[in-house]
Amino acid sequence: MSEQHYESERVVAVTGVGGTVDLGADGTERPGKAPGGPGGPGGPGPRDRPRSLWSDAWRDLRRNPVFIVSGLVICFLVLISLWPSAIASGSPLACDLAKAQEGPRPGHPFGFDGQGCDVYTRTVHGARTSVTVGVLATLGVAVLGSVLGALAGFLGGVWDAVLSRITDVFFAIPVVLGGLVLLSVITSNTVWPVIGFIVLLGWPQISRIARGSVITVQQNDYVQAARALGASRTRLLLRHIAPNAVAPVIVVATIALGTYIALEATLSYLGVGLKPPSVSWGIDISAASPYVRNAPHALLWPSGALAVTVLAFIMLGDAVRDALDPKLR
Amino acid sequence: MGRYVVRRLVQMVPVFVGATLLIFLMVNVMGDPIAGLCGERRCDPATAARLRAEFGLDRPVWQQYLTYMGNVFTGDFGTAFNGQEVTELMATAFPVTLRLTLIAILFEIVVGVTLGVVTGLRRGRPVDTGVLLLTLVVISVPTFVTGLLLQLLLGVKWGWIRPSVSTEAPFAELILPGLVLASVSLAYVTRLTRTSIAENRRSDYVRTAIAKGLPRHRVVTRHLLRNSLIPVVTFIGADVGFLMGGAIVTERIFNIHGVGYQLYQGILRQNTQTVVGFVTVLVLVFLVANLVVDLLYAVLDPRIRYV
Amino acid sequence: MRGATHARWAVCAVAAALAATACGGGSGSGDAGAVLSASWGDPQNPLEPANTNEVQGGKVLDMIFRGLKRYDPETGEAENMLAERIETSDSQHYTVTVKDGWTFSNGEKVTARSFVDAWNYGASLRNNQRNAYFFGYIAGYDEVHPEDGGEQTADTLSGLEVVDDRTFTVTLSQKFSGFPDTLGYNAFAPLPRAFFDDHDAWLEKPVGNGPYLVDSYTRGAQMSLRAWNDYPGPDRARNGGVDLKVYTDSNTAYTDLLAGNLDLADDIPASQLKNVRSDLDGRYLNTPAGIIQTLAFPYYDEDWNRPGMEKVRKGLSMAIDREQITDTIFRGTRTPATDWTSPVLGEDGGFKAGLCGEACEHRPDEARRLVAEGGGLPGGRVTLTYNADTGSHREWVDAVCNSINNALDDERACTGNPVGTFADFRNRITQRKMSGPFRAGWQMDYPLVQNFLQPLYYTDASSNDGKWSDEEFDALVDRANRETDAARAVRLFQRAEEVVRDRMAAIPLWYQNGSAGWSERLSDVKLNPFSVPVYDQIKVG
Repeated sequence: MSEQHYESERVVAVTGVGGTVDLGADGTERPGKAPGGPGGPGGPGPRDRPRSLWSDAWRDLRRNPVFIVSGLVICFLVLISLWPSAIASGSPLACDLAKAQEGPRPGHPFGFDGQGCDVYTRTVHGARTSVTVGVLATLGVAVLGSVLGALAGFLGGVWDAVLSRITDVFFAIPVVLGGLVLLSVITSNTVWPVIGFIVLLGWPQISRIARGSVITVQQNDYVQAARALGASRTRLLLRHIAPNAVAPVIVVATIALGTYIALEATLSYLGVGLKPPSVSWGIDISAASPYVRNAPHALLWPSGALAVTVLAFIMLGDAVRDALDPKLR
Repeated sequence: MGRYVVRRLVQMVPVFVGATLLIFLMVNVMGDPIAGLCGERRCDPATAARLRAEFGLDRPVWQQYLTYMGNVFTGDFGTAFNGQEVTELMATAFPVTLRLTLIAILFEIVVGVTLGVVTGLRRGRPVDTGVLLLTLVVISVPTFVTGLLLQLLLGVKWGWIRPSVSTEAPFAELILPGLVLASVSLAYVTRLTRTSIAENRRSDYVRTAIAKGLPRHRVVTRHLLRNSLIPVVTFIGADVGFLMGGAIVTERIFNIHGVGYQLYQGILRQNTQTVVGFVTVLVLVFLVANLVVDLLYAVLDPRIRYV
Repeated sequence: MRGATHARWAVCAVAAALAATACGGGSGSGDAGAVLSASWGDPQNPLEPANTNEVQGGKVLDMIFRGLKRYDPETGEAENMLAERIETSDSQHYTVTVKDGWTFSNGEKVTARSFVDAWNYGASLRNNQRNAYFFGYIAGYDEVHPEDGGEQTADTLSGLEVVDDRTFTVTLSQKFSGFPDTLGYNAFAPLPRAFFDDHDAWLEKPVGNGPYLVDSYTRGAQMSLRAWNDYPGPDRARNGGVDLKVYTDSNTAYTDLLAGNLDLADDIPASQLKNVRSDLDGRYLNTPAGIIQTLAFPYYDEDWNRPGMEKVRKGLSMAIDREQITDTIFRGTRTPATDWTSPVLGEDGGFKAGLCGEACEHRPDEARRLVAEGGGLPGGRVTLTYNADTGSHREWVDAVCNSINNALDDERACTGNPVGTFADFRNRITQRKMSGPFRAGWQMDYPLVQNFLQPLYYTDASSNDGKWSDEEFDALVDRANRETDAARAVRLFQRAEEVVRDRMAAIPLWYQNGSAGWSERLSDVKLNPFSVPVYDQIKVG
């Protein structure tokens, strides 16, 4: 099953019509401007530049409130990942057991966790880890997966058979299980083992999509034409096929980014994810979950931050998918 | 069709060998399990050496793998450290997880498809928006957070259900864990059904049916639903394999003594035999489920023919 | 079974509402036939007496076996159980007389041979028994269990000899005055012939001579034990039986207890302790157990063994705010340690409060000064290694580190280093891969001060994980073991303990208590000094 099947629906139009409060006039206007309508993006554009799938998509995205909202959330996340001290000046490692599990008070809006660390500071500083894990793991998965998948689809024959079987092998290992086995022996307290693990078991998902996409694109007339004109195989793959086959990969990768962030938290919950002194939402959720009855705030804030982050990336992926989906044009 | 099945079965062999070898190597990387058997003290070297020999851990990895696989084909999955046959563990664990998976699948079908149909038919209405946002939230919140919160609220605070599952794990006690396990897939099924319904609703055959003057529910059930459910059915089919292997977190939270529990215990105790044995079966389930899904596709969609 | 318990509950609830007396558990009454359910963990090794070295398997053995001695559930004192008398004149040659009238639950008589056969089985290398070293004091052990990899040259211990049906003699390879008191340990239990004749069947359903019988056993899920009606001993079960249910997570067991699905949960998780009194309305117990938690050091690592490091170790010890951690994290279920033994030994048994002195007090300034004087932490950092899979270790390790960091005024000075599995943790220890202090917990095998010192700090002892070695300490322990006068032996052990203190061989953290919570159906719940519930005394209803 490829992720492509999951949905190709416009969350966009729906949220708009649904009247999410801040959408205002744009929201009510949307149905009339629906891309499928007459004079939509299919027709000649107002500008002279040739229209590609990408420029169309970008034009679409810019007007999509879901994209704007999730984009803003992500920008904010990236900013606080780079400069967490800008909004949380304290140190996430400064803890005073005397204040353990205490509720919010001036200067400490989210209260304290079981070790007496400031929940607000830790939540802000945790963003960096999650974003790093999400972004780097996605990059790794996307690069490895699309290279192997594209090669399988492009080379065909024995290569395809071998690569596809290898893909299946990695696909067949349950992810959480693999994480427990592989990460339980790691003692490094950096983010790298977790990223490496996600790449190791995550690439088949992208690889399958890239393969399918390359096979589809290959059958297009312009590829056949280029081939007939004697283009080299490398040129064929890099110039003609890859740029047109990359859209589904990007879509799935964006959504996967969110799930990888959640996966890091799950692994940390099972005790094999990141290790102190790393500061991560997963570590904090895991540490706070037994105390939920006494200090729910210590669980809710990092969980909330995690959920919002994952949501933002999934919604972004949704929006990008819609913009790139030719069926909806 | 027959030839296609045979070809697929042949392709399954290298995948099976590869996946089991991979997990074998992974578990092996974890290192020597014997040291953990002696509590907070050093195993005396003589006993440790004998235990290693007993579990075949003193031989090179490739030899261990070959011996193990050879035994598996005769139905011998080895022995756990507490002296229990792994097949015995499987006999108690798999039925439980199967029940759990069944409930999860039921949730996906009943709730997921219903919500999907309702939202698909009412696109753009508040109910659609609400459900859609809800599915996004469900997808975003990790399972262990959902599980812990529901267990706390329903099991402890309000006392509606047992917070944990008893040894026998009857269906009634598995409802909440099944829902938690199904939650993410459920959200996907909802969205998938919704899209599919919405797309097919605009198709010619539905318009024809409506034009013929057929009653609405007949159009929906006979024409629309039947065609829209093809991708949903295949998704659910493939999900079986994932659900059975992915229940580690859910089974841990609700103390369910199923496959996930045995795997977790096996990993903590570095019990190669248990882990590899269970994963071998899971890989088989996964491969067969995938094959069945592909065949199902052909059965449901007459446009596809395998040769 | 489950359904029946449920139904009775419902009836009681209704009845209680109507009459308020019907089912209330007044401690005087009790239904001797009623069965209780209790939390359990899956034993890691086969349930043979000499093969069980952790609490969960120990719970079962404690119910289905009675040995020569039994430790009093309250005082921990070793008292004769099956032994009529154990006599010696030189602390090396012992004559054991077994009481008459004891049988196994299958009817077989317990004789001198039941013990000798069991001990020979436990000691023999070819049976792979994890606790074989318990028989290491008995003459001939090296022949049946050569630890250097040599061939096993004998099947039975030459130091054991059956004299008649009820008498056997034990010859030790060295003088050990405390030997009779070690005989309450599970490894020394007698075994019936059935154990040897049909071993697999015995493992499926163990047969012993204790107050309970194994009714059914589903490995990894549940063991049902029932009171043995013909039990000849004085400590007959006061309930109809116990269903031990396997829980992976003590949190789940606790939630089940609250929801009324479980009668007895021992090992209440630290995270629930804050609520336990309000949740259980007094049905909660917190008593000292023979467990001490320490931080051990890798003495094979040059960095931790160079001169001056004892100051650093002492400094680290003084940096830890034990009081606050035991209060906040453990809610009083642990007590700050002031020596290297345990309060359950009692003053006469060798426990000496305050032996550690100021080195176990929280003095941040002094700590900083000592660490600096000793040359600082190796590389300016210290990592505390622990296994993350069992117990709530992470919480206290993080707290200890924060405490050290606050004292040394460097928030990256100390970090916890979780290791995924216990097996891996043990591997790193045995392979000498530790590069800093690590978690060392010690649960006593028998309530003797010797057991808290010799296995942990004697040169090359089985649990001397840090490979600490000190001639003065070894000499004092040797002298103490030879000493026939108990009080004098204890004083010698305490002198040895002072050597441990002066060198700060390991940092004592806290004494661990046993804790348990129970449902309204139960009364007379107690924990013995090994933190195991005294099941046979529990009354139901």
